[in-house]
Amino acid sequence: MVTYIIRRLIWAVVMLSIVSIITFAIFFLVPRLAGATSESLAARYVGRTASAEQVKVAAEKLGFNDPLIVQYGRFAKGIVAGADYDYGPGVEHCPAPCFGYSFLTRLPVWPDLLDRLPVTMSLAFGAAVIWVIAGVATGVLSALRRGSLFDRAAMGVALAGVSLPIFFTGIVSLVVFSYGHPFRITAPGGSFTPIEENPAMWAYNLILPWITLAFLYAAGYARLTRAGMLETMNEEYIRTARAKGLNERVVVVKHGLRGALTPILTIFGLDLGLLLGGAVLTESTYSLPGMGKYAIDAITNQDLPKVMGVTLVAAFFVVFANLIVDLLYAVVDPRVRLG
Amino acid sequence: MSAPLDVSGQEMRAEPEAVAIAGGAPIQGRSLGQIAWMRLRRDKVALAGGLLVVFLILVAVFAPLIVGAFGQDPTQFNSDLIDSSTMAPKTGTGIGAQHLFGIEPVNGRDIFSRIVYGARISLLIAFLATLLSVIIGTLLGVTAGYFGGLVDSIISKTMDVFLAFPILVFAIALAGIVPDSAFGLTGDTLRVSLLVFIIGFFNWPYIGRIIRGQTLSLREREFVDAARSLGARGPYIIFRELLPNLVAPVLVYSTLLIPTNVLFEAALSFLGVGVRPPTPTWGGMLSDAVRFYTIPHFMFFPGMAIFITVLAFNLFGDGLRDALDPKAR
Repeated sequence: MVTYIIRRLIWAVVMLSIVSIITFAIFFLVPRLAGATSESLAARYVGRTASAEQVKVAAEKLGFNDPLIVQYGRFAKGIVAGADYDYGPGVEHCPAPCFGYSFLTRLPVWPDLLDRLPVTMSLAFGAAVIWVIAGVATGVLSALRRGSLFDRAAMGVALAGVSLPIFFTGIVSLVVFSYGHPFRITAPGGSFTPIEENPAMWAYNLILPWITLAFLYAAGYARLTRAGMLETMNEEYIRTARAKGLNERVVVVKHGLRGALTPILTIFGLDLGLLLGGAVLTESTYSLPGMGKYAIDAITNQDLPKVMGVTLVAAFFVVFANLIVDLLYAVVDPRVRLG
Repeated sequence: MSAPLDVSGQEMRAEPEAVAIAGGAPIQGRSLGQIAWMRLRRDKVALAGGLLVVFLILVAVFAPLIVGAFGQDPTQFNSDLIDSSTMAPKTGTGIGAQHLFGIEPVNGRDIFSRIVYGARISLLIAFLATLLSVIIGTLLGVTAGYFGGLVDSIISKTMDVFLAFPILVFAIALAGIVPDSAFGLTGDTLRVSLLVFIIGFFNWPYIGRIIRGQTLSLREREFVDAARSLGARGPYIIFRELLPNLVAPVLVYSTLLIPTNVLFEAALSFLGVGVRPPTPTWGGMLSDAVRFYTIPHFMFFPGMAIFITVLAFNLFGDGLRDALDPKAR
C-alpha cells in the first residue's frame, strides 16, 4: 500500500511537470509562430509611450530573448522559490508559489487565483453533491425498473440533459427565475457572498447555478449508473447474494451499486477536478467571479501570464483529483494496489 | 470441413446456415452488419435521430440554396427595421413570412438564414475534429493495446497527461491568443482549422482508451494467433486483422463524439473565441442574444438549433451502440 501511494505520488509530480512544460511551450511558441516578437510582447508591458529602445531593454531584462528552456527554468523556479521581475523602472517581487506575474496589472497571479478559488469551489462542490445524489439515485431506480414509465421518462430527460449546453439552460434559467422577476430565487448574477459571511446569502446566490450545472451532470451520471447497474445486476455474484437469502436492499446497494460505482468514481474525479480548475461556462453565464471567469477575462485582455497561470492551476486540480480517486480505489479495491 | 477425426464417414454439416428446420426455410447466416441493421431498423427513436442527422447535414450542405430561396442574406443588415432607441426590432418585424425566425437586434440580420448557415460551421468543425480525434485515437489505441509493454505504458501515460489538461480553459486560451492572420491562413479558414485542431487534438484520448481496451481483448483471440503463426507481423495484424474488428466501436464512439464536439464549438463561439463574426455561429448568436433576453426568440432559435443537433446525434449514436453491441439485451 505504501509503495503504491509513493509510486502514485511520484507519477503525479511527473505529470504536473510534463503538463507545465507543455503548457509553457505552447504559450511560448504559439504567439511566436503567429508572428509575435520579444519586442512586441514586451511593448505590451512597458506602456505605449515607451521608445523602441526602452522596449528593447525591457524585453532583454524580462528575459523574452532567452531560449525556451531558460525561460521555462525561470518559470519553474518561480513556482518553487518565487521570482523577481525587472522591467525597467523597478524590480517587482513575485513570492512563491509564483504562477506568473501579470505585467499588465503589475500583480502576481497566485493571490488573484486564491481570491477566486472559494467561488469556484462553492460552485463545484455544491453542484457535485446535488448531481451525484440525483444522478445515481435516478440511474439505480431506472435500472431496477427497466422499461417502466419512470425509466423511460427519466432516460428521456437525461438524454435531453446531456444534449443541452449549459450556457443555454443557464440563460433560460436566469430569464425565468431571476432577471426582473418578482419571485426571483437568485441574484441576477455577478454576486458572490462568502459562506463564512452569510451562509443563507451564499446559498441564495448560488442555488440557480448549482441546479443548472447539476442537471447537466446528473443527466450523464444517471445514464452511466443505469448502464452500470444493468450490467452488474446480471453478474453471478448478485445471484449468489440473492441465493444466500440477503435482503434485496442489501443486494442492490452493497453488491450491485458497489460494482457499478467504481467507473463512476473515476469520472467523478475527472469532472470535479476539471470544474475546480474553473467552471468556465457556468461562471461566465452567471457572471460569477471564479477561476473560469478569471481565465476568460485574462484571455480577453490578452494577459498571457495570467492565462498560463490559471491553466496550470487548473491542471493541478485535475491531477490532484485523479490522485485522490486512485488512492480511494486502492482502499476500496485490493486488486489495484497489488496489481 | 475436413476433419481428420471424422471416422463415421458421414458428411458433417457444421455450418448452421445449411441446417434446415423441418418444414421451414433454411436459416440464413447473418453478418454482424446485417444483425445491426435489423436491430437499428426496429429502433424507431434511433432511426428518427438518424433521419434528423441526415436532414441537418443536407441543410448545412445546401445552405446557400435554402437561404437563396428565401432571399435573405445572413450578413445583410436591415437597419431600417431596428428601433434606434432600444436597438430592438420594431414592432411588426418579428417572426413572419419575410423573416421566418424574425431578425436580430442591433443590426437586423435575418435569424433563419443565420441559423441555416450556422449549421455549416457547427457540423464542419464537429465532423473534422471528430475525424482527427478518431484517427489519432484509433491508431495510438491499437498500437498501445497490441504491442503492450513499454509502448503501451508510454501511450497510456500520454493519454493520462492529455486528460489532465483543463481542456476548455486551454482551448479558450489557445483560440484566444492566435491573431486573425497566422500560419499562412486568414479569416474563417484559419479559425475553422484552428478549432478543428484544438478540439480534435484534445479529445483523442477518450477514443484511444476505448480502442486500447478493445484491442487488449481482441489480441488474445484465436484469429490473431492464427495470423501470427502464419508469419504475419505487427502492421499487418493491426491493419488487416484488428482494425476491421474495431470498426463497430470506432463507429459508435465517433457518432457519440460528434455531439460533444458540436457543444464544444458552440461553447467556444459563445465565449467569443470561435469563428469570427460576421460568419454566423450558433454559440455566437446565443451570446449576442443575452443582452436582449426580454425578446426570447433571439436565444430560442440558436439554443434549439444546438440542442436538436446534439440530441439527434446522441439518439442515433445510442441506437447504433445498442445495435452493434453484441451484449445488448
